[in-house]
Amino acid sequence: MAAILDASQVTMDFGGLRAVNNADVHIDQGEIVALIGPNGAGKTTFFNVITGVYKPTTGDVRITAPGKETESITGLKPNKITEKGLARTFQNIRLFQNMTVLENVMIGRHCRMKAGIAGAVFRDRKTREEEEQVVADSYAILKKIGLETFVNELAKNLPYGAQRRLEIARAMATEPFLLLLDEPAAGMNPHETRELDEMILKIRATEKISILLIEHDMSLVMSISDRIYVMDYGLLIAEGQPKEVRANPAVIKAYLGEEFNA
Amino acid sequence: MDLDYFFQLFLGGMTRGSIYALIALGYTMVYGIIKLINFAHGEIYMIGAFTALIIVGALGMTGLNPVLIFLIAGVIAVLTSAGYGVTIERIAYKPLRNAPRLSALISAIGMSLFLQNYVLLAQTSNFLPFPTLIPEFKFLANAGGIISSTQIIILATTALVMVVLTLLIKFTRIGKAMRATSQDRQMAQLVGIGINKVIAFTFVIGSFTAALGGVLICSHIGQINFYIGFIAGIKAFVAAVLGGIGSIPGAVLGSFVLGLTESFGTGYISSDYEDVFAFLFLVLILTIRPSGILGREKKAKV
Repeated sequence: MAAILDASQVTMDFGGLRAVNNADVHIDQGEIVALIGPNGAGKTTFFNVITGVYKPTTGDVRITAPGKETESITGLKPNKITEKGLARTFQNIRLFQNMTVLENVMIGRHCRMKAGIAGAVFRDRKTREEEEQVVADSYAILKKIGLETFVNELAKNLPYGAQRRLEIARAMATEPFLLLLDEPAAGMNPHETRELDEMILKIRATEKISILLIEHDMSLVMSISDRIYVMDYGLLIAEGQPKEVRANPAVIKAYLGEEFNA
Repeated sequence: MDLDYFFQLFLGGMTRGSIYALIALGYTMVYGIIKLINFAHGEIYMIGAFTALIIVGALGMTGLNPVLIFLIAGVIAVLTSAGYGVTIERIAYKPLRNAPRLSALISAIGMSLFLQNYVLLAQTSNFLPFPTLIPEFKFLANAGGIISSTQIIILATTALVMVVLTLLIKFTRIGKAMRATSQDRQMAQLVGIGINKVIAFTFVIGSFTAALGGVLICSHIGQINFYIGFIAGIKAFVAAVLGGIGSIPGAVLGSFVLGLTESFGTGYISSDYEDVFAFLFLVLILTIRPSGILGREKKAKV
């Protein structure tokens, strides 16, 4: 079976700076893959390329949605890529702060609706029924993520950990087959991180969503990842299972510097 | 104090405020969504009024009921203006969406001058009479000339537009998409919102209400020329800033405050200073509340 995500030889230049250098990343159905590396290694840039925020200088990103043909998504607009089944979160929380929790999730559902602008304005019966379905679906997602008590709260009033979870709920509302999480545990306390750990495993198990995550919390990365890619200065320097990566001298060097020769 | 005179000024101010509000909505919504002052917005209002005038002229010969003519002219004017609004966005703003904000602003001013001169050449520089098409309501005979039927139509239409717009933005899918786009455009795209559609739709609504204002005020005042969009546009812009640009309730509130200030100022002090009151009030409010009456202050992150 083809990999659900296959990024081949992706390079992203900003002027003279090569942020991502010839990266090959693939993810198989049902995998949890981590992308780690020191700050400024190009991990988030790589996410931006995959999700259509940037168009790669060279290289190709192909996806194979379950039950569909392999297709290239290079250069598509972000909203088209979301429609095709990729969703992401950000390392700095980017919720729609002045909308309610439910509305944030509903926004994510909308790309799965069929009614157009005319329907939204004139509100025919079909649109209304669809809209009711969206509310029900969104509520169900919030329940799964454990946010149902906050439904009508404004997103900005949520505690930090709940905001992080809401970002994941909103991403899940778009019905992705691949979820990209950019530092989901950033700023969380150990207890919250453990909950997140369980939640990610649950999402994979019950929703059949594969996951690519950027993370600095090594205990989280080592405990849930099937495979790990390590990036440094835009270059992938290692790939493998957690225990292989942990023992890899190139990785140790990238994290701890040249002089580490103990 | 003469109470009749007071009410007359009050209703006059509310009427003015209504028209400002119909135009200011477009300014504030477009600013909210793409952070651009659409200086060509006043011209949309003017084009709406001119389109109505042309249609009224053409239909006037058919001998139809004036009210019916007015409605047909209004609908065509509003649709034409919406078309202009979207086209302006496509031609003058969309290519500059990622350019520095000043470039887009200059483009907007250019568009404004272009449209003024285009109407000037296609029509005339003279003031043209706009026929009275709204009949005097019978029940107003006892009102002693405090309010005219056109004023009632303007106030009622504006109220209706506000209610519909509020519902649209609060409860519909496109309304949510608009709010999401204005809060974080990139994130909106990443949750699957086609922002080009949302932006185009914003221009449609803004142009729609501005043209409505144009048609209504011209049938109230009874004359029109190519320059009316400029001053009305500036006033509505002032109203939007006064209320807090980017905020829809702010634009409406600012418009009524401005309309009433002008009306009472001219009525009790001097009509020579009409525009002075508007701008003096703007300066006063902004010194006290720099982001407008309902504008949200930017909190610095500490």
